[in-house]
Amino acid sequence: MSEIITPPKFEVAPTPPGFEGPGFFATTLDKAVGLARKNSLWPLPFATSCCGIEFMATMASHYDFARFGSERLSFSPRQADLLMVMGTIAKKMAPVLRQVYEQMAEPRWVLSVGACASSGGIFDTYSVLQGIDHIIPVDVYVPGCPPRPEQIIDGVLNIQKLVGEESLRRRNSPEYKQLLASYGIE
Amino acid sequence: MEKPTIENVLADLQQHFGSNILSLEQAYDFSVVHTTKENIVPILRYLHDHETFRFQYLTTACGLHFPDSTKPFGMMYQVHSLTTNLRLRFKAFTTANDLSFDTLTTVFPAANWMEREAFDFFGFQFKGHPNLKRILNVEDMDYHPLRKEYPIEDATRYDKDDTLFGRRPAGYDPKRLQS
Repeated sequence: MSEIITPPKFEVAPTPPGFEGPGFFATTLDKAVGLARKNSLWPLPFATSCCGIEFMATMASHYDFARFGSERLSFSPRQADLLMVMGTIAKKMAPVLRQVYEQMAEPRWVLSVGACASSGGIFDTYSVLQGIDHIIPVDVYVPGCPPRPEQIIDGVLNIQKLVGEESLRRRNSPEYKQLLASYGIE
Repeated sequence: MEKPTIENVLADLQQHFGSNILSLEQAYDFSVVHTTKENIVPILRYLHDHETFRFQYLTTACGLHFPDSTKPFGMMYQVHSLTTNLRLRFKAFTTANDLSFDTLTTVFPAANWMEREAFDFFGFQFKGHPNLKRILNVEDMDYHPLRKEYPIEDATRYDKDDTLFGRRPAGYDPKRLQS
């Protein structure tokens, strides 16, 4: 008789702390919603240059971004949760990016991938926006020029951490409204 | 008739326009004709309408700025004849007080966007241009960024160190590098 091999246990979506008993599990609404949200992010890839190529590799089978619950990319900002800005944003592109952000529904998160999106990168010049945080609030920055797919995945995992721990009331808080107001966004 | 050479074209130009051709120059293997800004349009129209030369393709046109020169601003035009496979470059310079040129759109429709680009980056006025407004930079930009008196770097940056990033210090004077 062959030995029964038990596969190693992976916790893809670890259970949040709560009360457990036979046939029931109780936790707070915040944590349950956070768990669902963070594992089903719909990213909008705003790819303008080489970081976008790295993102294509991240989405492809080898790095398989889909295993983090982001199987479905949203090419409409109205259905996206996560705006991934990848590449140089020229000043002429800035109003477009800002409009895309404004069209996203709350709750929304922004990941700035690569040196150009985060700081203008090597393009310290009159035509390039010196970091997208001049026009929209950013949650996580990914360094690199361009960053490797592992770094992009790390950035998304950091976004997931923020999403999972975010309070349901955060988007109504005066701090958040003040943040948006500082960017002149309604 | 045999195909004309670039020497034929230059000789013909000198015969037709005489002293309006200021000088000829050979930039590597490319012939450059220096002329005045008033003569650019007549010369290019002549070459465009010429029976055998037929310089009917305006390859490029752009602005120039040499701050140390007495006539610091200029325009460069490059034309190509598809039938004879000849190319020519024209340059015309002007002083800082008079930044106007005649529009070339009357000869080449392609000059429209090229002249808009020169206006965008150098602030040249093209008399008779149908739609002279910025083409590449943001509409609300309040200067002409390829003029040498403006730094090429973005003015909103405050966190880059000169020694690390080679930024020009405040009050940078391009003429100082010459001495």
